[in-house]
Amino acid sequence: MIHVENLWKRFGDKAVLKGLNLHIPRGETSIVIGRSGCGKSVLLKLVTGLMQPDGGEIRIDGEPISNVKDLNRIRRKIGMLFQSAALFDSMTVEENVGFMLSQHTNLSKREIEGIVAEKLHLVDLDGVQKLRPAELSGGMRKRVGLARAIAFNPEVILYDEPTTGLDPITGSEINRLIRNLHAKLKVTSVVVTHDMDSAFSVGTRMAMIHAGQVIASGSLDEIRMIDNAILQQFISE
Amino acid sequence: MGNDEEQSLSTQPHRRSVSVRVVGFVGGWIFKKLHGIGSAVTFVYSILSLIFRRPFQFNLLVRQLLLVGVNSLPVVLVSGIFTGMVLATQGYHQLKDLSAEGSVGRFVSVSVVKELGPMVTAFILAGRIGASITAELGTMKVTEQIDALEVMATSPIKYLVVPRFVACAIMLPLLTTFSIVFGIAGGYFTSVYILPFKMNGRFFLEQARTYIFISSVVVSLIKSSTFGMAIASVGCYKGFTISSAGGAEGVGKATTGSAVTSLIAILILDFVLNHVLYTIW
Repeated sequence: MIHVENLWKRFGDKAVLKGLNLHIPRGETSIVIGRSGCGKSVLLKLVTGLMQPDGGEIRIDGEPISNVKDLNRIRRKIGMLFQSAALFDSMTVEENVGFMLSQHTNLSKREIEGIVAEKLHLVDLDGVQKLRPAELSGGMRKRVGLARAIAFNPEVILYDEPTTGLDPITGSEINRLIRNLHAKLKVTSVVVTHDMDSAFSVGTRMAMIHAGQVIASGSLDEIRMIDNAILQQFISE
Repeated sequence: MGNDEEQSLSTQPHRRSVSVRVVGFVGGWIFKKLHGIGSAVTFVYSILSLIFRRPFQFNLLVRQLLLVGVNSLPVVLVSGIFTGMVLATQGYHQLKDLSAEGSVGRFVSVSVVKELGPMVTAFILAGRIGASITAELGTMKVTEQIDALEVMATSPIKYLVVPRFVACAIMLPLLTTFSIVFGIAGGYFTSVYILPFKMNGRFFLEQARTYIFISSVVVSLIKSSTFGMAIASVGCYKGFTISSAGGAEGVGKATTGSAVTSLIAILILDFVLNHVLYTIW
């Protein structure tokens, strides 16, 4: 589904990604782990075209995103939950969740309201349509962000640190939602995190980035068996 | 002699390294500024290329027209009136020394139409609207809302910048018209009722009618529309170029920078446009 080949990204003199290779298979929930500042979030920004790589290639469904003429056509296949949820402050929850539908379809207001209610129900948030993001708790904001990410029925959902900044109970609820959504929607998911409870709770595969490269990848069982001191220290902490 | 030579030889590498560092610093500074100008020009080009591209989001434009125009009207009117009143008072005292106090009407109306109407309105809008655009878009940038727009296949320039740019380009001339009318009214009120001279009201208006030319009004409106585009472009550019890691401090700095840059841009544009437009007409 997503192929990353020999990816390079520099910020000034500092190379964050140094020839990174990664394969995200269709229908799996792949977890990308690594220490803070190792380039996990940068990888998501490169996959969504928010940043341009200095070298290498990313292909989604076989299409290299750096060469594609209409990047927005590929972006419509992607939903993303940002670390801070990134809800639009000036809009209500309903307008946030229905944003892509109002921008890219000819659906009527009533039809959009119906879809928004359905997506909010999927994330266990009924009846909050008229609230503004400032009136929501951290966990609720993440859930609204999740509802917004799935509103356009994406093929791929990207999660940037989904449980960061949440208390353990709310974090577990978000993990449960990610598992449920994966089971119901059968989408390909990429979860960037350094929360190992979350990683083993929602993932089916895992890859670790260290020193700008993927040093280990495989199923969760395979990852537990790989003989790499950095990886084993990271997953056992 | 020998000692001097040795000394000068020993200080040469030091001097060279200092001069290389100075040249490097100046070169780096010039490169940075040129890069900034280049990216600002590219930004304005993207705005202009997206204005006439579908989809046209009239609801967003109407919202900005209200924010820029209707909400700014009271402050523009008050500043317009007092500009005219101050002009009449100052004009009276200056012209009295030349025994030309009867020309206050001409002095006020020409000054307000040609310069003070557009300039005062643009200055107010630069502080009020330009700074608020930077603060709003800057906050959206640091909270990843602009990234979210892009990921949702929506151009942030088309969605956020174009409505603000068009609203400023339309509303500045309208607000300037109000400022001019109320400026002349302020000058009239001061000349006729407050100044010791007690000018004849009909004479004041006659002077205004005689010395306000259509070309001056057209130039003023073109200038104010250009000022509007400059204020929106600077405000949006400053908001968009805040580093995501800048946080609240970055937003604060960019907001101040936006107001200052807009004011300087308005002054430079005023000089250039006066020179060009009054040469044409």
